[in-house]
Amino acid sequence: MTLTVQNEVKKRTSSGVHQKLLAFASLIVMLIFFSLASSKFLQTSNIIGILQATSVNGVLAVAVTMVIITGGIDLSVGTLMTFTAVIAGVVLTYLGMPLPLGIVAAVGMGALCGFISGTLIARMKVPPFIATLGMMLILKGASLVISGTKPIYFNGTPGFSEISTGSLIGAVFPFLPIPNGVLVLFVLAVFVAFILNRTALGRYTFALGSNEEAARLSGVDTNFWKICVYSLSGGICGIAGLIIASRLNSAQPALGLGYELDAIAAVVIGGTSLAGGRGSILGTIIGAFIMSVLLNGLRILSVAQEWQTILTGLIIILAVYADMVRRQRT
Amino acid sequence: MVELIRLESIDKHFPGVHALKSVSFDLQAGEVHALMGENGAGKSTLMKTLSGIWQPDGGTIRVAGNEVTIPSPHAAQALGIGMIHQELALMNDLTVAQNIFIGREPRKRFWRLDEDALNQAAREIFSAMNVAIDPRAEVRTLSVAQQQMVEIAKSLSHKSRVLVMDEPTAALNDKEVSELFTIIHRLKSEGVGIVYISHKMDEIKRISDRVTIMRDGAYVGTVKASETPISKIISMMVGRELDNTETAIPDLSGAPTALEVHGLRRGKAVQDVSFSLKAGEILGFAGLMGAGRTEVARLIFGADRREAGDIIVHGKAVAIASPKDAVSAGIGYLSEDRKHLGLALGLDLTANVGLPNLARFSNGIGVVDDNKLTQIARDYIKQLSIRTPSERQEVQLLSGGNQQKVVLAKWLLRNCDILIFDEPTRGIDVGAKSEIYRLMQSLAQEGKAIIVISSELPEVLRLSHRIAVMCEGRLTGILPGGKETTQEEIMHLATQRREEMRGEAA
Repeated sequence: MTLTVQNEVKKRTSSGVHQKLLAFASLIVMLIFFSLASSKFLQTSNIIGILQATSVNGVLAVAVTMVIITGGIDLSVGTLMTFTAVIAGVVLTYLGMPLPLGIVAAVGMGALCGFISGTLIARMKVPPFIATLGMMLILKGASLVISGTKPIYFNGTPGFSEISTGSLIGAVFPFLPIPNGVLVLFVLAVFVAFILNRTALGRYTFALGSNEEAARLSGVDTNFWKICVYSLSGGICGIAGLIIASRLNSAQPALGLGYELDAIAAVVIGGTSLAGGRGSILGTIIGAFIMSVLLNGLRILSVAQEWQTILTGLIIILAVYADMVRRQRT
Repeated sequence: MVELIRLESIDKHFPGVHALKSVSFDLQAGEVHALMGENGAGKSTLMKTLSGIWQPDGGTIRVAGNEVTIPSPHAAQALGIGMIHQELALMNDLTVAQNIFIGREPRKRFWRLDEDALNQAAREIFSAMNVAIDPRAEVRTLSVAQQQMVEIAKSLSHKSRVLVMDEPTAALNDKEVSELFTIIHRLKSEGVGIVYISHKMDEIKRISDRVTIMRDGAYVGTVKASETPISKIISMMVGRELDNTETAIPDLSGAPTALEVHGLRRGKAVQDVSFSLKAGEILGFAGLMGAGRTEVARLIFGADRREAGDIIVHGKAVAIASPKDAVSAGIGYLSEDRKHLGLALGLDLTANVGLPNLARFSNGIGVVDDNKLTQIARDYIKQLSIRTPSERQEVQLLSGGNQQKVVLAKWLLRNCDILIFDEPTRGIDVGAKSEIYRLMQSLAQEGKAIIVISSELPEVLRLSHRIAVMCEGRLTGILPGGKETTQEEIMHLATQRREEMRGEAA
């Protein structure tokens, strides 16, 4: 006897696909609206400005996406970014080391901080919100202490500003002067999407957020993989630190607070569930672009700063509400 | 026959409970060995020692003749023991194949997982089981029955020789049950040994070869399923000595009806339930887990929305759409899960008692009259003899029985005269139990109408003036309380599944 169990085949990300389509459509609508509303919007310099702004928030959002898929949260990404920038400043400007060492130091320090957060959360069972809130404050203070509260400039390291503002693509195709920061964002996004969808680390990232106990009972070393996720996320924050330091040609120790919320907002707009278990890098990238296009467009239309903030808040709530409504219907 | 498992003199203590008292059990290759007993008899606990979730305090576990220790679920898997839990342990966001092979994914170069090999392997397992489930489907899109099949496939992928199924049919419909049985038959013929935990008598008869009965954490006996009448199995299950206390059944012929329920209905859980309750009466609700007793209580209390049915309180039909409506009608519900539903654990006793009553104890601008509330809390501490150092004690520091009394005080203060106790003595020690019993009896004498839902038959028999028995969402009968009714009669009604009733009718 063969079982005649009805079985609809649904692609694993079916609902995520809808949310991404919705988000992508909103992005297109926004782009059309702003380009009709202002002739300045589509100017090359403005487009590059949008891309630049997206690169930093996008990289942080990619970092925090992995953590959120595990069902956790990371509030320290903003100040960790600043901290790694300061570390790069110390290594390159104070110690006068060559550029590659500065890059390794920033990324390595990021990964180390992520490892510490991950260990606190996985092994010592500190709730993610608290562990990373503490980390956020510690790193904010540490950045100020190490730098003596003053910016560290990278004048001794020629080529440092190329990391963000130069354009490798523009060198090959002069009509596409896409800044390197954006190139880094896209390479990174592809890399992390590969990890999430094709590797064991990615599989366990989803498993952790979906049902951690079930994964543990199936023999998955859940603590180990959770620490891996936080470490990787930290390392990516180091890359964000390099991008922003390069764009400002300095490490600004007072910067960073608030970036974590923008990153989390981008992740949520992109359809990743704060409850864990579902989400995608593509969604996050679209979410990051929605945030920066919105802010840029409003600025061009001379909407006051305070109203920009209010609108951003409304957009975040609307995005998540739309997702909830759709999910209840299906 | 080849012996797969032998448990000898397994002992297990939990704080305050001797959960397993020198229990022995064995499983042969190619047999279905049913494990039966009332709720709390120790069936699941015994099987959890076999699947590495609990460690026994004493006794030996032999797998294929060799003595082993099973420190973790992982170790159990390595020994070829798979357990399918009552609550399914799947990851809803992953696909079927990803769930089956979690932690053991086949790899390709560059750290890539081999998704094709994964799906192929899952497909092979399903085709061996003769089940049509797409390995690429997301688990959340499957029915409960299909998820159960995924769990079985997962166990088989570990090359399990032993499968423990804990109430596998609890959430399945008849068609799905027979599909499951087809698979069990096939597994049997391949030499897999199956431990089958269930309450359902007809299933035990249909599927099992031997039946082991447990009671109060102890081994009672093992019988051949084909040669043993159901009545024998039931009497082995419930055969514990009855509490000697006689139930004095008051003459309620002149008492007014406090609550009437007509045609209560919600999906499969509650099907056309009608009954009435008099002031001063204690109506017991008996039945097996999942029979729909708690669901009935929740409908009456407005915690869930009913699809049909009338609720009549003191002769007047009341529209109950939420717990607030029920409380205004004078119905109080003491939930099964006190910790989550009945109490604000972090608050003190006074605050908990006052919680549904704050409007009465506050002045025009909403400031609470704390002195008055404190006085009332003290009164209830005395009246219900709640053991607490003061009325300011956080309720999470009180014992289970005393927490129960705090919930009760809360409803009494609200003037509730219809009280629904859902498993009032679960997790409460023996001394506190009889105190709760006395309390309920004196409340009834004061004229309160009481419904008590309990899975412990002696408790139902001791307390109830009448006993309503439910099975699969239906009220299968109302028996008189007291000596005339035996546990066997209750069990008979509690296991009266739909097809048996049809069979009797034909």
